[in-house]
Amino acid sequence: MNSVLRSLIGASVAVGAVLAVAGPAAASHEIVIGLECDRTGPTQVVGVNLCPGYDDYIALVNSKGGVAGHKLKVIEIDHEYKVPAAVEAYERQKKDGAVLIGLYGTPQTYALTQKLTEDRIPGTSPGFGRADATDGTRYPYIFPIAATYWSQATAAVKFAGDQLKGLRGKKIAYLFYDNPAGREPIPVLENLAKREEFQLRLFAVPPPGVEMGAQVLDIAQRYRADFVVAHLFGRSPSVSIKELKRIGYPLRKVVSFVWGAAEADIDAAGGYAVAEGYNCLEFAGVGENYPVLTEIREMYKKEGREPTKEMASTVYYNRGVLIAAIHVEAIRNALRAKPDGTITGEDVKRGFERIRDFTLGGLVPPLEITPTDHEGGGWVQVWQVRGGKLVRETDWFKAYSDVIQAELRQAAMKKS
Amino acid sequence: MIHRECGILKTSYEADMALYPLPIARWTVGVIAALMFLALPLAVGEYYLSLVNLISIAVVGAIGLNILTGVAGQISVGHGAFMSVGAYTAANLAVRLHAPFWVALPLGGLVAAAVGAVIGIPSLRIKGLYLAIATLAGQFIIEWTINHVTWISGGVQASIEVPRPRLFGVAIASQRAMYFFLLVVVVVAIVAALNLMRGRVGRAFVAIRDQDIAAEIIGIDIFRYKLLAFAISSFYAGVTGVLYTYYLGVANYEQFQIGTSIDYLAMIIIGGLGSVLGAIFGAVFVTLMPIVLRYATETVGHLMFAPSDVANVTTNLRLIFFGGLIILFLVVEPEGLERLWRNVRNYFRVWPFAY
Repeated sequence: MNSVLRSLIGASVAVGAVLAVAGPAAASHEIVIGLECDRTGPTQVVGVNLCPGYDDYIALVNSKGGVAGHKLKVIEIDHEYKVPAAVEAYERQKKDGAVLIGLYGTPQTYALTQKLTEDRIPGTSPGFGRADATDGTRYPYIFPIAATYWSQATAAVKFAGDQLKGLRGKKIAYLFYDNPAGREPIPVLENLAKREEFQLRLFAVPPPGVEMGAQVLDIAQRYRADFVVAHLFGRSPSVSIKELKRIGYPLRKVVSFVWGAAEADIDAAGGYAVAEGYNCLEFAGVGENYPVLTEIREMYKKEGREPTKEMASTVYYNRGVLIAAIHVEAIRNALRAKPDGTITGEDVKRGFERIRDFTLGGLVPPLEITPTDHEGGGWVQVWQVRGGKLVRETDWFKAYSDVIQAELRQAAMKKS
Repeated sequence: MIHRECGILKTSYEADMALYPLPIARWTVGVIAALMFLALPLAVGEYYLSLVNLISIAVVGAIGLNILTGVAGQISVGHGAFMSVGAYTAANLAVRLHAPFWVALPLGGLVAAAVGAVIGIPSLRIKGLYLAIATLAGQFIIEWTINHVTWISGGVQASIEVPRPRLFGVAIASQRAMYFFLLVVVVVAIVAALNLMRGRVGRAFVAIRDQDIAAEIIGIDIFRYKLLAFAISSFYAGVTGVLYTYYLGVANYEQFQIGTSIDYLAMIIIGGLGSVLGAIFGAVFVTLMPIVLRYATETVGHLMFAPSDVANVTTNLRLIFFGGLIILFLVVEPEGLERLWRNVRNYFRVWPFAY
């Protein structure tokens, strides 16, 4: 009997000790983020480099003790660019307590918009997705956080104008992938054409976009475009570079939207020598010379490992770092209001809306996200292929904000 | 279910024609219904219901395609597009005319049926692979039309946001509410398909599938029944599109592209051509298996690979296993999961005897 009693006391002491240890540990709350990726679908060339960038930045934050003492946990799910899979991924991330979802893909963003709004969980759609989600009053829980296709269109036209020293009477060709994402900027471009009095002609490339000899010939020899704005996806940017080069069109008079602007596209086109002069819009800094990337390399060194090979693909990798950094910043802002870590989606939403003066050593543009502007300004840089690498051509800039504002107002009117 | 027929005597025509002639079969159906309507929604969380919801939507589409391809023998690679016809019809009705779901749902199906019947006209002259290419053309024509005609697509972004369906003033928004909404539609779809297949129309479809010239000689109007098969099947596809639209709150044709059409063909081939149960098995397999495999490969992957490699390796492993499983099941039983299930049933029906 005595021994039973003794062991009971012993057990209760042990349980008490465990509870005592667990008590303070529970105060540092693990914060869950959902990340949707495409590492195996049609846009896997983006996902295989972007998602490691995201993961590495989160690992870096965690290696420094997390955000305000709270560790971050990322639930990454690959949806193969399929809508039902993205819905399932979101539901699982929600079940596991995600307070923030990193969306990926335009149709997936459309499909989850209503659910995110009902569940009050913010989702980010950097560089793709619906441009009208910039309007935070209409889409309170969708955050583009990087230049939308509308902002990319205005920036591309501004860049063309600077290169051509004035747009009046010039001929601009818009070479685009013929899907909703490719067509989204058309109204903005048409407004700009009217306003700046340049000619605009549209050249659609039907999916899957690997056949555009006729369009390129048309642009270069019949229409004789002064500048080409290209908005292509997947394999097609490399085809456009190759075809334009073959026909002798100067590539420094071509500017590509953000998804045709990576090292992978240049490699697939035949290398830097072929793509010499090609201009790329970027919403995250390119290259390896940023303090945050040095920190990530040091983190790897400290763990006794080589930095991942994905770091060499700086365009997409850096975008992953940018998305993660903005996510972390939003969570940091949310934790300022609730230091115990019990933050909800609504807190993170407000955290996003307080992001400003956060540039991560130049990798992130001077964002200013507000309750009405979820895009944060719509900043881009232009990088040019020059001498075997991408060279920064302009600093962060944005253009024609009033045109985009008018477009947003019109979209809001159509809705109501 | 597993049961024996001995001792069951049918004394009237009604008893002979009943959908489930055996009492035990009726009971099992009753138990399954009780499970689905009462036990499941009470027992599991929102996440698992969301999986069932995705399966429910796929079941409706797979049954529809199975009526056309499995029962009537006409292949279609355009079912994704028929779904988008239903989706945009319902979205336009709901947004422009504020139509309630019980109007938009059947009308979406009917418009899809009309479009499907038109796309099906080549089936009167061509068969097999040639028909596949003709319906493939239909897929691309419909996609192109929606992408370029803003009157249909509601703007260059080609997406129309749809308010949640409402019943007696309550919005059907949560996964649980959506579950019951979808379940009712699935039950109607299953019962309708079961009765269609064993009735005059279904028999005519089967006759056409087996040998269309012979069918014509015994007096089946090929013209009528082939187009009817396309129309009924497209009606199901259209309803699937409407269900997706209400489930997601948006109509967007990019989720109904050629890949979707192929997915549905895969469902009915894996599940079993020509039966409702096969369509259900196939829809469950194609929807659920990648998710199950993801859980499995993630668990195993964390034991075997470095954390930074897990995501890259497991996502690809999952695709390999999924493809491998499809091949395995089709090698084991080319007639699909439904046939596999029937083999098991027949074995136990006479067990412990061989026959």
